[in-house]
Amino acid sequence: MPLTDSLRDDILASVPSLRAFAISLSGNGDRADDLVQETLLRALANIDSFQPGSNLPAWLFTILRNLFRSDYRKRRREVEDADGSYAKTLKTQPAQNAHLEFEEFRAALDKLPQDQREALILVGASGFSYEDAAAICGCAVGTIKSRVNRARSKLSALLYVEGAKISVPMKRFAP
Amino acid sequence: MKLQRLNSRGSVEQVMKDVKSQASKNAATGKQSGLNAEIQSRIGHQLRAMYDDVVRQGVPDRFAELIRKLDVPEPSPQLGNAGDAAIKNDGRE
Repeated sequence: MPLTDSLRDDILASVPSLRAFAISLSGNGDRADDLVQETLLRALANIDSFQPGSNLPAWLFTILRNLFRSDYRKRRREVEDADGSYAKTLKTQPAQNAHLEFEEFRAALDKLPQDQREALILVGASGFSYEDAAAICGCAVGTIKSRVNRARSKLSALLYVEGAKISVPMKRFAP
Repeated sequence: MKLQRLNSRGSVEQVMKDVKSQASKNAATGKQSGLNAEIQSRIGHQLRAMYDDVVRQGVPDRFAELIRKLDVPEPSPQLGNAGDAAIKNDGRE
């Protein structure tokens, strides 16, 4: 469909959640914003192929997810968030204790296989139905459900099972 | 500096605090039943806190401008083929 003002507004309204998805996937604020920019350019350039009345956020998330995966295959995750660049993207810096909890959670999330991480984020944070998440990831609904379940079990083991507690290098003893 | 400290009482901090105090309460009472459900609910809270913190930042200027400027959308040559599969998917099953 043509790029109407209302469609433009709808795309704009999706930007905050696209950024959250990109940051959750990549763990890197700068890279996430580049990913969002590429997604928007690609969506706008191909807006004719968007079906009016279909799920715009799901369409945009699909583009972002595919861009991320092709980028990921090329680069792997060679840039970890060692300098806390993710934390810098937060407007409200959590206080030290909570910040450690937050970093632990972030680190545990990064340990999940990519398939499981994206499924968990789409369903558990973005609020997509299993059906939409399956469409975004190009797999069966049952596959999404099992990925989400495995992601939750693994996070639970990483964060809350004694002896498996993950370490947060450097930050813990910083003054 | 002072202002920053005040602003630091954001939602992520609050959620993480709640999560932690709940966790230590459970450890203290040694309750095992329902512990897994509670852990799952905690994980859900943490995940949403992380995500919503970014959502609340709204739309950065660079993206608002980008979308406003593109009256006549043109394909961007430097992008390669990465999103082609995505474009065929209109978001419906």
